[in-house]
Amino acid sequence: MNKPELIKYVESLGETKQFPEFKAGDTITVDYTIKEGNKTRIQSFTGVVLQVRGTGATKTFTIRKISGNVGVERIFPFASPNIESITVNKRGVVRRARIFYLRNLRGKKARIKEARYESSK
Amino acid sequence: MSGLLGKKIGMTSIYDEAGRNVPVTVIQAGPCVVTQIRTAEKDGYDAIQLAYDDVPERKVNKPLLGHFKKAGATPKRILAEFTRFEEGHRKTFGEILTVDIFEEGEFIDVSGTSKGKGFQGVIRRHNFGGVGDATHGQHNRLRAPGSLGASSFPSRVFKGMRMAGHLGSRKVKVLNLKIMKIIPEKNLILVKGAVPGAIGSYLKIERWS
Repeated sequence: MNKPELIKYVESLGETKQFPEFKAGDTITVDYTIKEGNKTRIQSFTGVVLQVRGTGATKTFTIRKISGNVGVERIFPFASPNIESITVNKRGVVRRARIFYLRNLRGKKARIKEARYESSK
Repeated sequence: MSGLLGKKIGMTSIYDEAGRNVPVTVIQAGPCVVTQIRTAEKDGYDAIQLAYDDVPERKVNKPLLGHFKKAGATPKRILAEFTRFEEGHRKTFGEILTVDIFEEGEFIDVSGTSKGKGFQGVIRRHNFGGVGDATHGQHNRLRAPGSLGASSFPSRVFKGMRMAGHLGSRKVKVLNLKIMKIIPEKNLILVKGAVPGAIGSYLKIERWS
């Protein structure tokens, strides 16, 4: 469903940071601030983008990495003030917009082909 | 108390000062016109009547048109009465109220007509558990209400026994919703959490404090 105009207006009031474009299959690093007691520090999370969903202030992306032997997924809203920066490490070639099939694959099978050259945007 | 009439626009989320993601409902509230003042002497109770949402003149019948003209207002779609409106300093006839009667951080009550769910069984309507087992001889009675009561005494079903029937589409009020943000340019209030009704439905907003 399309969002009503007034919702779009409200969402346009929030601050938005500029991030590089990425899509499912890319490997990215997200630097985000976390609060521990009254200290804040920056932590980074590197993984494969599984999906980008939503629009406006509620647009989010899901990234997945394998930590030890356990898959870890995190969902970040694009509008989150806690995200410091996003860097794209690798462009992957995948055939769909949401690559949930990756969850069922391990080791060598879970590799994603790397894009030869940047697709012109 | 004070209040306004409004319309549900939809939901989104915003971030508060602490960086937390807060779900909010966007409500377009006001401008409302005071179209009638009821007094204890004349009407038996104190209240004011507010009108909201402009409509073309041809959509309003003549008696109502006269009612709006008297208050110096354009025709509106809905009217509602608010009792005990700002006791002490009464509103004047024909006055226009906007969202600036509220402040950010205040708590308000919002009432509206909940979404209609149609004819629903007891599981959906009254949170019954249904029949516990799917096997052991059970057949097509998984969502049945079970017994309605005892036998020869009282030989009837008690009044108010919870049964299947129409669900939703009734007046619901949600108390103490925090105002997260007010946008006076567009007559918008952002309220934390959900509000009854479908998008585009009318809401009555009250503040008791």
